[in-house]
Amino acid sequence: MRLTFWGTRGSIGVPGPDTVVYGGNTTCLEIAAGGETIILDAGTGIRALGLELARRMPVSCSIFISHTHWDHIQGLPFFVPLFVPGNTIKICGTFDPVHNKDLSEVLAAQMDYNYFPVRSAELLADITYLTLREGQTVALGDVRVTPVIMNHPVISFGYKVSRGDRSVFFTGDHEDFANIYEPGEPFYEEYENIILQKRAQIADFIRGADVLVSDCQYTEAEYPSKVGWGHSTPSMAVALAEAAGVGRLILTHHEPTRTDAALTLFLEDIRERFKTTGIAIDMAREGQSVEI
Amino acid sequence: MTDEGKDTNAQRLLSLVEKIPAFSQSVSRVLSLAGDINCSPKTLVEVVSGDPVLTMKILRLVNSAYFGLANRVTSVHQALVTLGLNTLKHTALSLAMLGVLPRKNEAGLDIDALWLHSLAVGLAARRLAQAKGVSRSESEDYFVAGLLHDVGKLVYARYEPKRFARALEAAALDQVDLTVSEQAVLGATHAEVGALLAQRWGLPEPLGGALAGHHAPSDENPSQLTDVVFVANQVVKRRNLGFSGNPVLSPMPAGVRERLMLNSDVVADALAELPEELQNARVMLQL
Repeated sequence: MRLTFWGTRGSIGVPGPDTVVYGGNTTCLEIAAGGETIILDAGTGIRALGLELARRMPVSCSIFISHTHWDHIQGLPFFVPLFVPGNTIKICGTFDPVHNKDLSEVLAAQMDYNYFPVRSAELLADITYLTLREGQTVALGDVRVTPVIMNHPVISFGYKVSRGDRSVFFTGDHEDFANIYEPGEPFYEEYENIILQKRAQIADFIRGADVLVSDCQYTEAEYPSKVGWGHSTPSMAVALAEAAGVGRLILTHHEPTRTDAALTLFLEDIRERFKTTGIAIDMAREGQSVEI
Repeated sequence: MTDEGKDTNAQRLLSLVEKIPAFSQSVSRVLSLAGDINCSPKTLVEVVSGDPVLTMKILRLVNSAYFGLANRVTSVHQALVTLGLNTLKHTALSLAMLGVLPRKNEAGLDIDALWLHSLAVGLAARRLAQAKGVSRSESEDYFVAGLLHDVGKLVYARYEPKRFARALEAAALDQVDLTVSEQAVLGATHAEVGALLAQRWGLPEPLGGALAGHHAPSDENPSQLTDVVFVANQVVKRRNLGFSGNPVLSPMPAGVRERLMLNSDVVADALAELPEELQNARVMLQL
């Protein structure tokens, strides 16, 4: 199984001289396994991936969207294979329970004529949309992709991709759960128990994965002013890896304002702080490939 | 009817509409929380938990196939942890709003069938609007107009049950349009009542106009919204999705046909997925 990062940045693309090492494109991961091409999220990074895939048409691939925040879907209208007849593309993801909209409707909104010059009707590939529910496994050849609901301001999936005994888990955007009550308040313990259960559910889901790719947008110092924004800190990402017994952690969704130099320092600091865990920790880098 | 008769009628209608209760306390609180960007999770939990009916509706929906969660949710706290603040807040708001209008009546009107019909008209109106090139965000207005087009019937069913029951019977027995028997028995059609209610709730004008004109779209002051709701209403009745209490189909007026220029192929295409959409939406309404 080969994992390639095509976009590692959160929130917004940040090209420029200070981001050439870790990359400025927003989230996109590619997993090549068993002859299948699986793409997790369609941030701006998917554009270059599309050009690469287009060199070997016809293209058959499956795109799994963690959630429909802009930086995870904004690259989709620039994914060249969608426009060419003869390609087969499956697009899977979450639904919008508030407005009762399924995935295709939510995605089509960014191509509404007010915002985009190309009509959805010009996507000539054979495209199927699949709105997934939690735990619903998609089988692609002998590869299995299964979502679990994480913690983010909209319904957001983490995905486990497995083939045989190899697997990788991507958190999508995720923030560890926080108790809404203070210790001593009447419902504090009840809420704490629910949080522990939810954490355990996610850890059990991830267990056995060879690699955990986790959101790590904020430093511990930045976090207090970002509570509830739906992103993780190093301690959260490491705690998740430890709870799930995963030996390799790759941190992604880099804060847009963090330069290459700052990210390298960040990584060094994290490795130092958590060296006793024995977990191999990396910062995801655009263009980097990992064999699993 | 004499001018005097018309006035008394208008008075009666107004006082009828004024009987519609203002939103209940929990609905008002959920509404104001939903509009508050800094809504605290603790307050949301408190407001929802304080309304056992709303709590039950939320848990029922959250545990249904609609959400398809892996684990059963048994408390508002757990719903908050599982879904997050935003999703819970908006779900509570939708369910609270749905609870505003009555589900039972003494006029013999099958309210569930009416809601199903109304929901289908809303979905159909939205699809037809999109087929006409209306943008996605604007097409939501068409959905709301379709959903609420028969709200006047709910007012009649709840607050004038005996007379409305007679109007319903007369329409069924004589196979006439319900608006005809409503005019005869009650002095005003449900369309007019709907328009008054829209005013009372401060709904925007094109919506009130669509409620008022959905049986007789105006040629002098045409509105695409009204025209589309008219067509959606008839199409849904022809397909027997739910029941509106009106046994008769109305033919398409020439004016509407000319303005909309929708041929039957376009309509069939636009509404191909209507039964499935309706099925999904029914879970939300718990119909």
